[in-house]
Amino acid sequence: MSDTSHNYLNAKKGLWSWLTTTDHKRIGILYAIACGAFFLLGGILATFVRTELGAPGETILGQDEYNQVFTLHGVVMVFLVIIPAIPGILGNFVLPLQVGANDVAFPRLNLASWYLFMAGALMAVCGWLFVGKVDTGWTFYTPYSSGASNAVLWLTSAVFVAGFASIFTGLNFIVTVHKMRAPGMTWNRLPLFTWAIYATAIVQVLATPVIGITMVLLFLEKLLHIGIFDPALGGDPVLFQHFFWFYSHPAVYIMILPAMGIISDLMGTFSRQHVSGYTFIALSSVAIAFLGFLVWGHHMFVSGQSALSSIIFSMLTFLIGIPTGIKVFNWVATMYKGSVWLKTPMLYALMFLFLFTIGGLTGIMVGVLAVDVHLHDTYFVVAHFHYVMMGGALIGLIGGLHYWWPKMTGRMYNEKAGVIAAILVFIGFNLTFFTQFFLGSKGMPRRYHDYSEFLETFPEFAALNMTSTIGSYILGVGLVMILIYALYSLVRGPRATANPWGACTLEWTHTETVPDEHNFHDTPLVTRGPYDYHLADDVFGPKKES
Amino acid sequence: MNQQSSIWLPEAASTIAGDVDALFYFILITSIILFVGVISTMVYFAWRYRRRSDADRPEPVYENKLVEASWVVFPTILVAVVFIWGFKVFLEQGIPPPNSYEINVTARKWSWTFTYPNGVVSADLHVPTNQPVKLRMTSEDVIHSFFVPAFRVKADVLNGRYSYVWFESPKQDTFIVACTEYCGTSHSDMYSRVIVQSQDEFDQWLSDNMDDGTLTPAERGQRLYTQQGCFACHSLDGSVAAGPTFLGLAGSVRNFTDGTSAEADDNYLRTSIVNPMLQIVEGYPPVMPGQYAATLSVDDIDALVAFIKEY
Ligand code: HEC
Ligand code: HEM
Ligand SMILES: [Cu+2]
Ligand SMILES: [Cu+2]
Repeated sequence: MSDTSHNYLNAKKGLWSWLTTTDHKRIGILYAIACGAFFLLGGILATFVRTELGAPGETILGQDEYNQVFTLHGVVMVFLVIIPAIPGILGNFVLPLQVGANDVAFPRLNLASWYLFMAGALMAVCGWLFVGKVDTGWTFYTPYSSGASNAVLWLTSAVFVAGFASIFTGLNFIVTVHKMRAPGMTWNRLPLFTWAIYATAIVQVLATPVIGITMVLLFLEKLLHIGIFDPALGGDPVLFQHFFWFYSHPAVYIMILPAMGIISDLMGTFSRQHVSGYTFIALSSVAIAFLGFLVWGHHMFVSGQSALSSIIFSMLTFLIGIPTGIKVFNWVATMYKGSVWLKTPMLYALMFLFLFTIGGLTGIMVGVLAVDVHLHDTYFVVAHFHYVMMGGALIGLIGGLHYWWPKMTGRMYNEKAGVIAAILVFIGFNLTFFTQFFLGSKGMPRRYHDYSEFLETFPEFAALNMTSTIGSYILGVGLVMILIYALYSLVRGPRATANPWGACTLEWTHTETVPDEHNFHDTPLVTRGPYDYHLADDVFGPKKES
Repeated sequence: MNQQSSIWLPEAASTIAGDVDALFYFILITSIILFVGVISTMVYFAWRYRRRSDADRPEPVYENKLVEASWVVFPTILVAVVFIWGFKVFLEQGIPPPNSYEINVTARKWSWTFTYPNGVVSADLHVPTNQPVKLRMTSEDVIHSFFVPAFRVKADVLNGRYSYVWFESPKQDTFIVACTEYCGTSHSDMYSRVIVQSQDEFDQWLSDNMDDGTLTPAERGQRLYTQQGCFACHSLDGSVAAGPTFLGLAGSVRNFTDGTSAEADDNYLRTSIVNPMLQIVEGYPPVMPGQYAATLSVDDIDALVAFIKEY
């Protein structure tokens, strides 16, 4: 990128300047490259999994290989992609710009967090290559993991180390939002993306230590044979599940809240309309960050936990689900009497609404005690969480990347290619995962290498699995297409303007096309809310009398 | 109650399945209505308020309190209904009737065994029709989960404690049992069957399979083979599972991973059972459980050896 202007990309040169940078924007780019690579790895593993299941019987992977592949797929996608990606890439790049700061509060800690993340990630991948392959699933349930090979220790250590990256990032964002807002940037003028990253940061800081401690306990048990989780040593295997979900349920908010923030910004900008329910969306996100700690037991309805606990967990799950439903209504309502511009980022926002609504409604289904007894640990749950994690979190991220792409790179991508890829992703995704609802509610358990035994009773499993596999290939083609036109845009894309979408938040209104190292020439003075398009004469020119 | 399978759910073959299904369909239909409502509004707005000119600057629309209140109240009522309903059926699912017939279930990697009050042991679950059956389940190793899709029952099976499920099936047929808690290599092969029979057939089956002390050692070996779950890893027909087949084993020459070899005589078979890690047969992982020396009596081991030699 040979821009003529002076900006953060060309301010310093050479690989070393990138590896030692403390510029939040460059760290965002570092995260983008890393998470992109891990997403590619996780995606390739997913195609292996789907190919194996495409036809009954053993096709390309043996039982053990299959178990190892789905484990690595899960670990990579959860811990190296969905959890770090939005805060790491867009949180880093956008949040300081949106609050009008020249960087995050602790720039060096920020760089350290990227290195910790990379250390964790490399431990996971190198452990896989050189220490041993783990087949416990991303949930590491004891006592299976207590009896598994010691390679599991590598992987859990990797999760432990990467966890610190998450904590550091979270700390940084909390302090940045509290301390570094530009003059006039009151709390009720914060863009909803920033609100969402702020709420996420709270969860990152409070929840991540729990998974860290759990991993340490697992480690101690395996090395020193202290009985904690393993019944053979006098431990309690269900205790592990409590610890694990005490982190991992809040972690689903680490995954989804940032994506919700992106969707809020996209709905506002591309509808040129005040985001409906601004205060509600902002505050309920923060509330969920805390209340999300109280529902972990809904993953354990058939684990043998007491019926009373199950009942309480089910009730709390619903109470927390309600605000999420209201957010969906708010996003739709934002378009009302707006001016809706169906560009690629907006297509992803609408796709998010479609997919996330399915994910949320099926979340209600699995939250209902009697129904979950039937659906738990079947493909229905697999479909549910892919609708929320991929259809929600990841689609949100892709939409956000398209939206902020001109700001990050100074270039535009090809709009037509963007639309075609979005359509492929949408079709591929639904073919892949909607079929899994039928498979699951009919009884196909998850983590199955083969389903031949079911074919006698359910001959349709063959066609459903085949459809799902074909869908995954279409999805793959759509995603690869995005990668290709993104790379092409870096070299050949037409130059962007400073505010191509007519957005009203600071990162668009007060910076150059590509921001310089210090973000703003002068500290911005904020005089209106993030979605006050009617007041933004600076963006649209003086209003015509009508 | 005894309804056929639909595109969503398998056939309903237990007394509670109908209640679970009614709730499932209620949520499904409500969800579809909500979904269609949200998405058609979304599509309509996207089209109705589409951008006509770059200069469009619509007047801001602020929240309408009444509409917002309805968004809160309406979903809250809906989830309250499904929660209470789900909770009621859950209690039904969880509390076995007092006259239940009890069967013990043992799970291990990667097989199920069912032990009846009179000592009969089976790899399939035979139950009488129209009789509540309560399973008391435990695992010898990791966590497994007992799942019969047609009955809508599921419960994790743990080492070191009991868990329970109960069901009553009005339908004489055979249904699949699957393991739904990931448990390693052959998790996806950990099947069994529930065979629902008339009371008479069931009683007949029970007495046919009772050990009345007149069995030959090989016949006792056959039972132990089922009861101890050897069948999960060792076939009798030459097919390969997690371990070598017993077909043609006795008397053949075995090659081990350390390069040595030996003939499979009685002593070798015995050692292989009580100390499986001593010599590992080439081409197989060292996964055979080591507890048999402790759990089997000398007679049991003799019986197993006699049984293996028959193949
Ligand atoms: C978890 C799977 C598993 C179970 C359950 C199991 N085995 Fe094995 N067994 C193996 C494997 C794998 C081998 C081959 C590797 C070895 O030599 O340890 C083996 C080897 C053997 C051998 C030597 C076979 C040969 O080809 O030389 C005998 C005999 C045997 N098992 C008997 C039994 C009996 C009897 C039981 C039940 C009481 C049993 N096994 C249960 C996995 C299992
Ligand atoms: C309306 C909101 C939601 C509700 C009511 C809900 C409810 C549930 C319930 C009850 C389960 C357990 C099901 C079972 O195992 O039987 C579950 C599983 C899961 N959910 Fe959700 N969920 C919601 C949203 C989300 C979101 C937003 C995410 C992540 C972005 C998510 C990710 C997951 C994951 C990863 C699992 C399964 C984990 C595993 O077992 O491997 N959910 N959900
Ligand atoms: Cu959860
Ligand atoms: Cu299993």
